[in-house]
Amino acid sequence: MFNPIASLQRRTPLGWLQLSHQKGKLFVALAGIAFADVLMFMQLGFRAALFDSSIRTHNILDADVVIFSPQGLNFGNLATFPRRRLLQAQDVPGVAGAHPMYIANVVWKNPQTRKETAIRVVGFEPDFLAIKLPEIEKNLDQLKLPDTFLFDQETRGEYKQVIADLNAGKPVTTEVDHRTIKLAGNFSIGSSFGTDGHLLSSSENFLRLFPRRNVQSVSLGLLKLQPGADATQVVSQLKQHLPNDVLVMTHSEFIEFEKGYWQKNTSIGFIFSLGVSMGFIVGIVIVYQVLSTDVNSHMAEYATFKAMGYSGGYLLTVIFEEAIILAILGFIPGSIGAIALYTMARNGTKLPIAMTTARALTVLIMTLIMCVISGAIATRKLQSADPADIF
Amino acid sequence: MSTNPIIAIHNLNHYFGQGALKKQVLSNINLDIFSGEIVLMTGPSGSGKTTLLTLTGGLRSGQEGSLLILGEQMCGAGDRKRMKIRRNIGYIFQAHNLHGSLTALQNVRMGLEVHPHWTPAEMKARSQEILEQVGLGDRVNYYPSDLSGGQKQRVAIARALVSRPKIILADEPTAALDSKSGREVVELMQSLAKEQGCTILLVTHDNRILDIADRIVNMEDGQLMAQTPTLA
Repeated sequence: MFNPIASLQRRTPLGWLQLSHQKGKLFVALAGIAFADVLMFMQLGFRAALFDSSIRTHNILDADVVIFSPQGLNFGNLATFPRRRLLQAQDVPGVAGAHPMYIANVVWKNPQTRKETAIRVVGFEPDFLAIKLPEIEKNLDQLKLPDTFLFDQETRGEYKQVIADLNAGKPVTTEVDHRTIKLAGNFSIGSSFGTDGHLLSSSENFLRLFPRRNVQSVSLGLLKLQPGADATQVVSQLKQHLPNDVLVMTHSEFIEFEKGYWQKNTSIGFIFSLGVSMGFIVGIVIVYQVLSTDVNSHMAEYATFKAMGYSGGYLLTVIFEEAIILAILGFIPGSIGAIALYTMARNGTKLPIAMTTARALTVLIMTLIMCVISGAIATRKLQSADPADIF
Repeated sequence: MSTNPIIAIHNLNHYFGQGALKKQVLSNINLDIFSGEIVLMTGPSGSGKTTLLTLTGGLRSGQEGSLLILGEQMCGAGDRKRMKIRRNIGYIFQAHNLHGSLTALQNVRMGLEVHPHWTPAEMKARSQEILEQVGLGDRVNYYPSDLSGGQKQRVAIARALVSRPKIILADEPTAALDSKSGREVVELMQSLAKEQGCTILLVTHDNRILDIADRIVNMEDGQLMAQTPTLA
């Protein structure tokens, strides 16, 4: 009877012995595979960070259903719709409340460096707490004061002094469009590919900052449902009830809408996928070089094994054994290097980039596939190991 | 000596090349080798000695005539059949062909691993035993690069004999060795083969070792010439 474990135990681990006999070569091979792995990890990491960062604001919205203009592209580029739609929405059974959110991108003066830089301003109704952030809840009263804003301490850029002052309770003042504003506290959302950071305040303060914006022109409508109401059912009723100048989506649909925008309407997703393929191909070339050199230098030995009665299949297992050992051993330094670079990238860009188990598994499987493909190419040379030639 | 030949070659012809380039390398070979016999084959380069050896060892497929190895017809035999028969034959090459990444013991063990009935413990004990018999009991964990030419060839002999094959095929095993180690290696082959009752077919140019043969055959231009019985 065939027992795979017993047959593995009696087998000389030829692939491993061949690889480990030449430590220098093994080290170089592993460095090459680790490099390919780091490449793939970075590309996948940045791609995931793009999609994750784009929905950072969505994740903190405390709303079951949102409505916005069909001309809107993404959270940073929402067109406006009439505020009347929010009142109409409240007629639909199951809707507990509907409130506006005003969103705009603006150039402001960095309070620390006095340089002009872009930031996103979000205005909402302090009485209707539409944002799930404890720091906001704490500072709600501050937001009712004129020209007072809260500052995203995860904003990309030089803001160390600002954050320290705010944490110490010292208000910071700066300018937006020749208007002086006061920063009264911190919160954390973080940067995304669309913006470096955020300022939050009441709708009133938002409209003071943008005198050309009308209180009737809303960027995003946030709806809370009554307990027990079915979100999809309410959404379909809202769609019937409201005119065609608004889109109605559940919170999770809104997240998918944002991700879909970045995936389909920008080349960013494609660029990173291309980067992953590059890493994959670099890996195949490196592993193929290692394995084919190894096959060539052991040709006489392999032919001898064939003469001794070993099958061609046996020699294939030796090559694939080497391929799999290389994949696994190369993956370890590759993933450690990737974690280190993720930390650097996270600190440098404030993007939510980190190692995930799913991505580690993806790259491990890709590495295995990469090594097995290289192994399969390298085994073509094995056929020329003819035992009749060695006599 | 048994009357049943271990190797029975009758009217064997062999050709290299195709069409107009087709060239006959063996013509009408007849040779019976019996169990326990040591047969030396001599002859000039290019006379077809090595071709006959590779055919006998199942490394090439026979084309015309009859070639019975251990009762199996090798003429027209497929890859699988030849692979099976190869497991019952020990090979000793001109170059030792040891695997550089394996120790002496691991190299010898490869000769047993191909036979599924050996357990790991048996394989280790048997490999150790045969290495002691070839005088390398203290060098079992040496890599080939740390052994001398004669020692490497002795490891190769141990590898060929470790599974107690019925047939040993050797192609100029002493060519790469000085006369003293060459002599030692051949005597070792002879004594181990006698002990295990195995048959040896050895191709050589080396006149100094002709005396170990029971029989010497001479190959010239693809034909076997007079068979000289030795004095010994």
